[in-house]
Amino acid sequence: MDLINNLMLGFGVAFTLQNLLYAFFGCVLGTLIGVLPGLGPVATIAMLLPSIYSLDATPALIMLAGIYYGAQYGGSTTAILINVPGESSSVVTAIDGYQMARQGRAGPALAAAGLGSFFAGCVGTIIIAAFAPPLTELAFKFGPQEYFSLMVLGLVGAVVLASGSLLKAISMIILGLTLAQINTDVISGTARYSFDIPELTDGIGFVVIAMGVFGFGEIIANLGMPAEHREVFTNEVKGLWPTKQDFKDAWPAVLRGTALGSVLGVLPGGGALLASFAAYTLEKKMAGSSGRFGKGDIRGVAGPESANNAGAQTSFIPMLTLGIPPNAVMALMVGAMTIKGIQPGPQVMTSNPQLFWGLIASMWVGNLMLVILNLPLIGIWIKLLTVPYRFLFPAITLFCCIGVYTLNNNSFDVYITAVFAAVGYLFYKLSCEGAPLLLGFILGPMMEENLRRALLLSRGDWSTFMMRPLSAGLLLAALLMVVIVMLPSIKKKREVAFVED
Amino acid sequence: MKIKSERDFWSGIMFTVVGIGFAVGATNYSMGASARPGPGYFPLLLSVILAILGGVVLFKSLTIETEGGDPIGSIAWRPLLVIVVGITFFGAALPRLGMVITIPILILISSLAGDEFKWKGVLVNAIVLTVFSWLIFVAGLKLTIPLWPTFLAN
Repeated sequence: MDLINNLMLGFGVAFTLQNLLYAFFGCVLGTLIGVLPGLGPVATIAMLLPSIYSLDATPALIMLAGIYYGAQYGGSTTAILINVPGESSSVVTAIDGYQMARQGRAGPALAAAGLGSFFAGCVGTIIIAAFAPPLTELAFKFGPQEYFSLMVLGLVGAVVLASGSLLKAISMIILGLTLAQINTDVISGTARYSFDIPELTDGIGFVVIAMGVFGFGEIIANLGMPAEHREVFTNEVKGLWPTKQDFKDAWPAVLRGTALGSVLGVLPGGGALLASFAAYTLEKKMAGSSGRFGKGDIRGVAGPESANNAGAQTSFIPMLTLGIPPNAVMALMVGAMTIKGIQPGPQVMTSNPQLFWGLIASMWVGNLMLVILNLPLIGIWIKLLTVPYRFLFPAITLFCCIGVYTLNNNSFDVYITAVFAAVGYLFYKLSCEGAPLLLGFILGPMMEENLRRALLLSRGDWSTFMMRPLSAGLLLAALLMVVIVMLPSIKKKREVAFVED
Repeated sequence: MKIKSERDFWSGIMFTVVGIGFAVGATNYSMGASARPGPGYFPLLLSVILAILGGVVLFKSLTIETEGGDPIGSIAWRPLLVIVVGITFFGAALPRLGMVITIPILILISSLAGDEFKWKGVLVNAIVLTVFSWLIFVAGLKLTIPLWPTFLAN
């Protein structure tokens, strides 16, 4: 069967020593940044992009993927142990996980999170392997109109996740699209908005924006806040394994969470975050009055953790098959593929099968490594949290600077990063989300190209987007999403769910 | 007119100004026609939408009540300026002074952004990070980063 053959090819690639090492390194690094609050996968992947130049495509992407879901695992560890979610998708885990830790049940909580995530990861891998080929078939039917509409859907989907004002999130997307217009027009060769500065004719690198807004903006914001006290429960992590009753309670939650996460992860703008919130709400509803949600119910940990890991896996699907990144992290991976000269899209599967299936297989391997890494090594990760911030943030600053410089061995990029560091802080102060901006920035050139091609093909007729069924369907779905999010009842839930952010 | 949400007010101003700026810039490039869009077509379209959205955000900030007025709060001037200066310094210094000199100075400068500044900790941090960076970036990832100042290398 094709599925088995593909997976065998993939595992053959994934189990080479080099790729195993890179997967391991990615997982360790990912867990590290997941544990450290204030440094996320976006900034880290952005930092590592320059070093991709010296690596081959497959190991590089394997490492980046490892970082992505390593961060999910790491984030849940700190969420449970010290009520500080290291990652935005661990916010939900902190609610019941921390309560369990306070009752001395940190062990079962961590185990539930780890094992649930592993199960979800396995299922996610199989789903990717099974659904990738049919989706790729569909993708070949896409013309420029469909690509444009899909990107609109993706951007709208990203807005659904933004934790603040919907209007401002949409504005940030448009701002991102606009900033991407600083470049040389592909079709006519005109340099736009370059002010006669040669470096600007290629546009602002997205790594520069990512580091400035996410990395440095975050650092400046953190430094502006006074240090808070945190209790740490590392001394009392004994009894790692959950009881039989825990297993009985948790495994249906794991199944439900995995299912929910797998579906939501594929949607543009979806991924881990949305999935974990949805799973928590689902578990709460299903438990009814017998649940002890908010007071340490293991289902409140197992469900969301499985969902966010399943979502993290399946969010690779739109990227790998259609070349459309569903969230900011995937957008950076698209960037990485472009750096290696691989055009992301449906043809990746046929032209680079080793890369495609190797990446999928190594995701499973990565999940396995993460379970092994996280459960026994918890003490070490927590020790890291005791490093004072005043040593950490210069280190982060340094790595970001080196990363930006080595992109083009050009100081100009560094100066622009300084500008965006200030801009990033401005966004933070004004409660404007950075992620929609980055997504818009990366999709901007693609959207423009497809729009112009579509208009060229239709000779200036804008209705071509609605006349083709696929394209019309996508645009309607985008409209539907906007309407749903604006409904008062969902608005309330969104505000409650995002209160931590 | 009372500002009901300070953050949204300034956000609206930001979007509107940037939108108008890009729109004015877009008029320098040919628009082409709908059938053959020129280089100015998409930028103008986007920047006009941006300016309109900015106007709406601005309007909302003046009319819709929020609790507490959504204040911007205090601005962390010191960390902001120190970090920006630090990054700019790095960009200017690395090609001329090399990694071994630039990194410790960068650490020194950025540590000034924090609350506490103790010489011993900063120096140890600087040395550790310089060695670490050399290990990872030069030895490990084989990136070309100048190590020593240009006048010493020649």
